[in-house]
Amino acid sequence: MTGWFSENGLLLGLALLDGLASAAAIFMVAVGLNLVFGVLRILNVAHGSLYAIGGYGAASLAAAMAAMGLPGWLSLPALVVAAALAGVLLGPLIERLLLRRVEGQEPVLQLLVTFALFMILEDVQKLLWGVQPVSNDAAMRLLGTVDVPFGQDVIPYTAYQLFVLPGVAVATLLGLAWFTRRTLAGRIIVAVTEDREAAASQGIDSSKVMMLTFTAGAALAALGGALASPVSAMVPGVGASTIVLSFAVVATAGLGQVEGAALAALLIGLGRSIAVYFEPELEVVVPYLIMVAVLLVRPQGLFGVPETRRI
Amino acid sequence: MSARNEFLLGLLGAALLVLLALSAPWLRFVLTVALAKGLAVLGILLLLRAGQVSFGHALFVALAAYAAAFLAPLLPEVALLLPAAALVAALGGLVAGLFVMRYRDIFFGMLNLALSMVFYSLLEKLYGLTHGTDGIRLPLPRVLGLTLEGAAYEWVLFALALSFAFGFAALVRLWLAAPLGQALSGIKTREARLEFMGVPARRVLLAAYILSALMAGCGGALVALTSRHVTPALAYWTASGELVFIAILGGAGSVLGAFLGAVVYELTRVYAAATIADAWQLILGTVLLLVILFAPGGLVGMLRGLLHRRPTPAKAGERPA
Amino acid sequence: MSALLSARGLRLAFGGVRAADGIDLDVMEREFLAIIGPNGAGKTTFINMTTGHLRPQAGSITYRGVELLGRKPRDIVRMGVARSFQLPQLFTEHTVLENATLAIAAREGGWASLRPLLRPAWREEAAELLGRFGLASALHRRADALNEGTRKLADIAMAVALRPRLLLMDEPTSGVAAADKMAVVETLARVLRDEGVTAVFVEHDMDVVARIADRVAVWGQGKIAALGPPRQILSDPIVLRDVIGIPVGEAADAVP
Repeated sequence: MTGWFSENGLLLGLALLDGLASAAAIFMVAVGLNLVFGVLRILNVAHGSLYAIGGYGAASLAAAMAAMGLPGWLSLPALVVAAALAGVLLGPLIERLLLRRVEGQEPVLQLLVTFALFMILEDVQKLLWGVQPVSNDAAMRLLGTVDVPFGQDVIPYTAYQLFVLPGVAVATLLGLAWFTRRTLAGRIIVAVTEDREAAASQGIDSSKVMMLTFTAGAALAALGGALASPVSAMVPGVGASTIVLSFAVVATAGLGQVEGAALAALLIGLGRSIAVYFEPELEVVVPYLIMVAVLLVRPQGLFGVPETRRI
Repeated sequence: MSARNEFLLGLLGAALLVLLALSAPWLRFVLTVALAKGLAVLGILLLLRAGQVSFGHALFVALAAYAAAFLAPLLPEVALLLPAAALVAALGGLVAGLFVMRYRDIFFGMLNLALSMVFYSLLEKLYGLTHGTDGIRLPLPRVLGLTLEGAAYEWVLFALALSFAFGFAALVRLWLAAPLGQALSGIKTREARLEFMGVPARRVLLAAYILSALMAGCGGALVALTSRHVTPALAYWTASGELVFIAILGGAGSVLGAFLGAVVYELTRVYAAATIADAWQLILGTVLLLVILFAPGGLVGMLRGLLHRRPTPAKAGERPA
Repeated sequence: MSALLSARGLRLAFGGVRAADGIDLDVMEREFLAIIGPNGAGKTTFINMTTGHLRPQAGSITYRGVELLGRKPRDIVRMGVARSFQLPQLFTEHTVLENATLAIAAREGGWASLRPLLRPAWREEAAELLGRFGLASALHRRADALNEGTRKLADIAMAVALRPRLLLMDEPTSGVAAADKMAVVETLARVLRDEGVTAVFVEHDMDVVARIADRVAVWGQGKIAALGPPRQILSDPIVLRDVIGIPVGEAADAVP
């Protein structure tokens, strides 16, 4: 065991650090998916595409700013600006023009509509950003590296992945908890999530709530992509793998579980990065193996509450 | 549509396809692939009847195609290869089905997508076994002991695809009119009641799921035997999306829709996809939205509207009038 | 007469609410037993426990000597215990006739066959049964296009089509227009007596209870507070106060 560790300790350390960073990005997407599902009762298949657009947008913005000779420290806020822009521009558009039209219809139609949107957005990315990988690591270079002690080894690791990514994820987690428990807007969202009709009878304008929630969810996905963009290049197909990955997180945690999603993201992020270092062929498979294993034992997810059908 | 009318329309369509295949030899290949996809789409229609949509059904197409590719050197005979490959897909359907049967709606759709993504990445990554994205080439198999080349081989596969299309369309039609199929729509509207009547709803859905995998498998085996080259792209999400697209385009209310949609789709794709490869999904997505929002009966619905000169109330997933 | 169904020591609590807190109840062969009680008392819970939808925390329910608890709803139905629902559970994309035919198909267990659902024998049986429920004119209407009262009857007809020996009905007359109520109840009672069905029904309308029940059980605070013939139970001032909400002094005048 010690032999294995001295040979592979460094790899394991890197895998853990990478896993933490990628878990942070996945969590942002999954939490948005949860939020939107909670209020609109629609699982947006195009949610992963918003991650991709956030990532592409952030990389483009960072490149444009560098070309204009703007100071490097601006590249950090630029990530957030790009994500917010993507969310605010696309969110209301999608909600009003598409989702509103199939509100209250059969679930299968709602799924098909977001699937159609997913097909469209996947190609929009190709048309706007081409098929070559797009990335800009200005924000990551800006912060440099830190030495992380791990066993007898010291791993030089980027401060961006170590602090910024998990930091934003934790801030999102705490922010959401505060928002839903302590603010009026948050409580309204919880009320609509729990019982839309009852909320409407209390005079809540659920139409507005739905649009704002969808926009917030879209912005969270885009933020996940924007934050990931300095680390991993955006390539065609990233939207597809992201929606399935974030679905895996949501399903593993249980639909609607925010804190649970954080833990599931960590589980899946770590599982995936360990696979990357030790069994790269299994990288894509591991998250789903985790999900399937959990669902076989607990069909409602780790933290989900089993639903008794009302009859 | 009455059974007799649908059968006559089917015959008419088949005759048209044969004429097309005669008039332009290269169309034989395209139409065989279209019919093969139509088989997989029939499965999507069956599941739509239960209100469920699978975003990963290309998994079973690819499973059978790869099974055919692996078995071809050992079993170079179409008459054995095709059923064997389809059987592999049906078995895959049983295993995957036992898992996804526990879920409905969103989970059903997404778990199917996840399974297909796993299969795709395994095909791509396990290079030693699958040759990754290069794929596997199939040797030319014999047909009932005869070695056929070129046009003769293509005609055989075209005829096989056409007969499978007829056979499975008839089977699905019977299925839908039988308690098995009627209970499927029961799953969509009131699954709990089925259980309180003594009907095992999950098994009803599982049976349909396995049939859908079997049909997708026949389609996949036909594709593999026709193109004699299989690649992981067969299992990619866009391939699954294509099947869903065709189902809605053709019209979810009729077995004819599956094949009408598939032929229209393949012919368009052959002409258009090369010139607008980067925007193909975009166009599909847009057309899908337009059909869902403005012509929910699909092509069959429009046809019916033209024939009867009255608006069709059919919606996606609805049963035939 | 012997007990067809016996519940002993049933306990079930949701959070802090005790829906059942030591329920003992026998249902006799061929009787009509009404369960009355305040809203939220746990009357429906009894039906849900008997039909396998809910599992009590303690107790037992035997049907013809066989334990029902732990069995799936579909197995319990096959043993001869069917139910209808407070909110009708119809297949909304099917016609009324198809709904009833599906129930017949379920009873006959012909699932693996590829013969049509609407085969003549099943179709005729369904039409005949629905006719007895006064639904002849609604046979070919889609279930989502019916009014509440018709839906309710169709829902019960589906349960009867299963040819149960014991039928549990959850508020069979709620949603039925007041003017039609007694006619519906008479029809229902006649059909059930013709078929020799034993019935347990949860009911809020005391006129209905008085008209068809052989015995009445009063469900209060998770216990059977009183049990007896309707004449006795419905003239008990305590029952009237607790169940129907009529002050004790006025109770005597309220009984027909």
